[in-house]
Amino acid sequence: MKKWNMIVDVAECTNCNLCTLATMDEYVGNDWPGYSKPMQKHGHKWINILQKERGQVTGQSPMIDIAYVPTMCNQCDDAPCIAKSGGAIKKRDDGIVLIDPVQAHGRKDLVDACPYGHIWWNEEHRVPQAYNFDAHLIDQGWQQTRGHQSCPTGAMRAIYIEDENMQRMALDEGLEVMRPELKTKPRVYYRNLWRYAKCFIGGSVSAEANGIVDCVEGATVRLLRNGLLVDEATSDNYGDFKFDKLDENSGAYVIEIEAAGRAKKTVEAKLGVSVNLGEIRL
Amino acid sequence: MSFSTLKLSLILCGLSLMLRYQRWRHEAFRQRLSERNFTAQIMTRDEEIGRWFEFKNGNIRSGFGLHPAPDCKLMFKNATIGAGLLMPPIDWLRQINAQKDFVLSVDGPEDLTNWFAQTVMMSQSAGLKIGTRMEDGSMRYCNMTNGGPVFIYVKDGKVVRMTPIDLAEDDGASWTIDAKGVKLTPPRKTTLAPHGQNAKSIIYSPDRLLYPMKRVDFDPNGARNPQNRGKSGYVRISWDEAIKIVTDEIKRQKREHGPGAIATSHGSHHTWGNVGYYLSALFRFANAIGMTRVHHNPDSWEGWYWGAVHHWGYTLRVGQSETYGTVEDCLQNCDLIVSWAADPESTSGSYGAQEGTVRRQWLKDPKLAIKVVHIDPYFNATAQFLPGKWFAPRPTTSVAMAMAIAYVWVKEGLYHKEYVATHTVGFDKWKAYLLGEDDGVPKTPEWQEKETGVPARDVRALARDWGKKRVYLAPGGWGNGHGGACRNQTGIQWARVMVCLSAMQGLGKPGCNMGNLQWGCPLDFNFYFPGYSEGGMSGDLENTAMPVELYQRMPQLPTMNSNAQTIPRIWMPEAITEGKAEGYRWIGKSIEHQFQKFGYPAPGSSPVHMLYKYGGSILSTMNNTNRWVKMYQSSNLEFVVNQSIWFEGEAKFADIILPACTNFERTDISEWAGLGGYGHHGQQQLNHRVIVFQAQAIEPLGESKSDFWIFNEICKPLGLANYFSEGCNELDWVKRIYLASDLPKVISWRTLLKRGYYVVPAEKEKLRAPVSFRWFWENRKKDVPEAQPLPSDYTEEYLRGLQTQSGKLEFDCNSLKRVNDPERPPIVKYQPAEDGIHSPDFARHPLQMLTPHSKYSFHTQGDGKDSFLLNIEDHRVNVEGYYYWIMRLNADDAAERGIKKHDLVKVHNDRGAVICAALPTQRLPRGVCHGYESSAVYDPMGEPGKSVDRGGCLNLLTPHKSQTKSTHALAGANALVQVELWDRRIEHMSETFAAMEKDSEIKRSLKEARLVPAK
Repeated sequence: MKKWNMIVDVAECTNCNLCTLATMDEYVGNDWPGYSKPMQKHGHKWINILQKERGQVTGQSPMIDIAYVPTMCNQCDDAPCIAKSGGAIKKRDDGIVLIDPVQAHGRKDLVDACPYGHIWWNEEHRVPQAYNFDAHLIDQGWQQTRGHQSCPTGAMRAIYIEDENMQRMALDEGLEVMRPELKTKPRVYYRNLWRYAKCFIGGSVSAEANGIVDCVEGATVRLLRNGLLVDEATSDNYGDFKFDKLDENSGAYVIEIEAAGRAKKTVEAKLGVSVNLGEIRL
Repeated sequence: MSFSTLKLSLILCGLSLMLRYQRWRHEAFRQRLSERNFTAQIMTRDEEIGRWFEFKNGNIRSGFGLHPAPDCKLMFKNATIGAGLLMPPIDWLRQINAQKDFVLSVDGPEDLTNWFAQTVMMSQSAGLKIGTRMEDGSMRYCNMTNGGPVFIYVKDGKVVRMTPIDLAEDDGASWTIDAKGVKLTPPRKTTLAPHGQNAKSIIYSPDRLLYPMKRVDFDPNGARNPQNRGKSGYVRISWDEAIKIVTDEIKRQKREHGPGAIATSHGSHHTWGNVGYYLSALFRFANAIGMTRVHHNPDSWEGWYWGAVHHWGYTLRVGQSETYGTVEDCLQNCDLIVSWAADPESTSGSYGAQEGTVRRQWLKDPKLAIKVVHIDPYFNATAQFLPGKWFAPRPTTSVAMAMAIAYVWVKEGLYHKEYVATHTVGFDKWKAYLLGEDDGVPKTPEWQEKETGVPARDVRALARDWGKKRVYLAPGGWGNGHGGACRNQTGIQWARVMVCLSAMQGLGKPGCNMGNLQWGCPLDFNFYFPGYSEGGMSGDLENTAMPVELYQRMPQLPTMNSNAQTIPRIWMPEAITEGKAEGYRWIGKSIEHQFQKFGYPAPGSSPVHMLYKYGGSILSTMNNTNRWVKMYQSSNLEFVVNQSIWFEGEAKFADIILPACTNFERTDISEWAGLGGYGHHGQQQLNHRVIVFQAQAIEPLGESKSDFWIFNEICKPLGLANYFSEGCNELDWVKRIYLASDLPKVISWRTLLKRGYYVVPAEKEKLRAPVSFRWFWENRKKDVPEAQPLPSDYTEEYLRGLQTQSGKLEFDCNSLKRVNDPERPPIVKYQPAEDGIHSPDFARHPLQMLTPHSKYSFHTQGDGKDSFLLNIEDHRVNVEGYYYWIMRLNADDAAERGIKKHDLVKVHNDRGAVICAALPTQRLPRGVCHGYESSAVYDPMGEPGKSVDRGGCLNLLTPHKSQTKSTHALAGANALVQVELWDRRIEHMSETFAAMEKDSEIKRSLKEARLVPAK
């Protein structure tokens, strides 16, 4: 049978926040009996957009990028919150996790049940709350969530398919879930999560000739770790190179740069987070 | 009885039946009828025929003939005219002509005649079915925000939700572009800007003004205490009292001071709608009263108007270029987009929501092979979205970078020499300047590095890449100018040099143009719907774009302001407090109009003593705005009335506050991003043209009222209500706009009211508008659908060549040769900004602060007001229970100052101090900090002008000098500041108030020394 899943593409999220605003629009001031008490106007982030800046302005050579990751209730199939709730939180047949606003009344303890920090305590209504996939709209026949509808880039898409098809798609397209080691079986999948989770080593190759410094295009740049080649790149017209999808805190690397007519240059880098080496003069 | 008298008597009889039927049928109409007890007479002036209508306790009686003592009369010269005018459907041109020819007149108290006329009109629309009923019992209406159209769902009189519109199958077709084997078509839905999706929260904001108010220490007949404006509280008063105080004051101002004494000032934007817009209802009202106008500077155009026009004309686009067909051309032919001080992902093309986003997303398809580079001191949202090399020049300096690019092109022969020879003039002179032949300074990449901080090698690499490719240069958020660097102290130079770069690369050649896919979609531009700047119901042929088309299509009484006086907006505080100011005109008719100097006060006019202020945005949208605080507290302003939706900004400086409602609580009609005038065919930035009947979704909150209602009520005691309203209600004006447009050809009035919107089908591929400048490139007559420049502004032959004197792109501008302006020489030269790294003030205030337009709010709209936007951490952040504005600064600059994320910092210079929450970042180079302008909240912690503001009004700190002495141009997008951890002191004396105190100190000591002669 078909169930709901969410696919988030980190590379396409612009932090426009239309999904968070649409969700506030839907829940703040609105009571959806059987689904949700009104959302607090402030303080809750049922959809919470994480962000990460990678790289630096090194000297006068900036090289950075920024990733945004909308997170929400993962609609886990093995949800710790359901296990703890004693029936106050339910798994619907369509995959949606729903906190019953009546049965969960007063259950502040459920806030800590979510390892992702996505259950929020509503003090006014004394009820734990989470993003429930706009279940009341789905039950009215909506084919998308408010966040999906408002997303201008398609970075957030609710899809209704069989689990096996979803699994296949995840495998084929390299989709990941948040913290798979928790084994909660989330139904929210991420594409291009490396933009947030991994790091890069970058730099700009230059060389001087006749008193003029120019960018070096076409330099061969090799990334080595423990003497082994990890990756190879060619500098672009700005002399820029970038090795991406490296693990954070993965330690010492060596970068070898070779360009026609120039002596080979070796630079060392230690990876904690992404690093822009800046200008490297051959 | 003649045929005409018979016909008229039948029509009048029909009218009485109609009134009684509608009374029986509709509760709202019954309520209307219970508002007045009186007798109205409709008659011919020759007394040949008449019918009276008696309204009493909600009942109507009507009889044939002449009533012995009617309270008011509606008179036609004779029965033929009466029958002609009353016979439905209403012929508006005939109505207007009848009034102009004095064959239709009214007699009696203005309140009664106006009420009667509007009631008769209302009888025609009572009971119209508006909106769509949903299965769950809610109603779905349409409306338009400044950030896109919405479906608005209403239940039990309350807004439930607002969503963008998913287009139905039977809505107008979408377009498809074939580019490099890829078929590109936009999604069948509308998008919203964040401030559009935010709208529900600002309707139900706790900051809404819900009833008229009077400042507690303001007594119109006694002490007015202007010095307490901005400090004192308010008491609730009735609408009757408020209207009386305002209208008494209007009369007193005219009586005691004479023409010119009343000024009106509005923001640059308003809630959307062609009837309720400031260029519509407010202009008609202001013209009816007679007011000193506050003459706006060309806000977001600045450098393009004062600079670029001299190189290529386009004055009727305020110096920005035509943009037709550029989406298709860019996708098909371009290799590289150079985004220069452009952040369309934040600024949304002003009103274009996220429409451009999906098109720019296409650029990620490697099959299109279009690269992007970003030039902006801030790694902006567009740079985040579209990967590409980021250049981060110091603010105000990228003019030098552009010159170095041109230098490389010259030295390495990387420009279009043939085009420069045939399509431009004066290149040799600029080339000599680039090479340093006249000033000894070659504008090399190394030279620019000292100014910009951008490595010379990177500039050389960009110049070489650019010179070999087909490039779309995209300056400013619209991609053809607008916002960005044109608003800082070197904005004129920057806009000029952008045109020069385009001229060197063959502007108009396939793949070589201006744009960033924000404008230039292949829509149907022959389908007419008026843009907001066409003035709606203003009747103002002088200050709106109405003469272009709307005036002929929507006959209405013309309105003219009898006051000759104008105040240059950026000098308004000086005009009021010092009694004089000088400015230059923003008039798009020709290049030379901008040289017209005007002064305040105008000869023979009274200085301004009363201000009718519309909204409250100025404190955070103009520059060095403690000057406005000082202005409001000046005794020269005897009376300030503010008509506003929210209690914020300048509303807190008024004597009387009139509460207006939002566009969701009144009715209107509009097209999404339909600008008209200087933004001709603004719909080009949309994927689909969407026209919306803006239904009133809920009752106005509290006692708030529509702007139209407020103006109409104020007009009544002045005898102007029938002139203002033409006897129409808002809905009647909406229908008149509908009738003026091409809508009646495709959708009936009743269907539009129910469905709420209409999508204009995309243009057939063969009929698409040609690509901009292609005609120029190919030496043809101009063929894009814009009637500009004016016919007289062509040199050789109508439609041949540009608006410049030579008809060509001018490096050496003829229009600047005739004026001797050392700051604007005929060729563009680099002159560093006054507030920059060369400034003497730089040592004390070593950070260059950028203040661009906000990503989430639209100017002050959407910000503050306890809105949803406060929850967005990149907009405001909650620190110790207060939502602070964000100040971004380079992480190393922050670390040096001991500043961590979300620490409260004091951002300050001599002009003032603002408390913000710090956000250390790598998105800025060293020495640059960034906070959006246009916070809606002005919240001085102590006395205004003498304390820190924690609302986030960064424009308290920005320089207010015009870009050059001979222009009226904002230059405040960059300021020198210092940022430090806030020591929790709230006192901070601004130089404006320090000077004031010094002035009064000097005056006091002179007085004490008896050196001032007694009056």
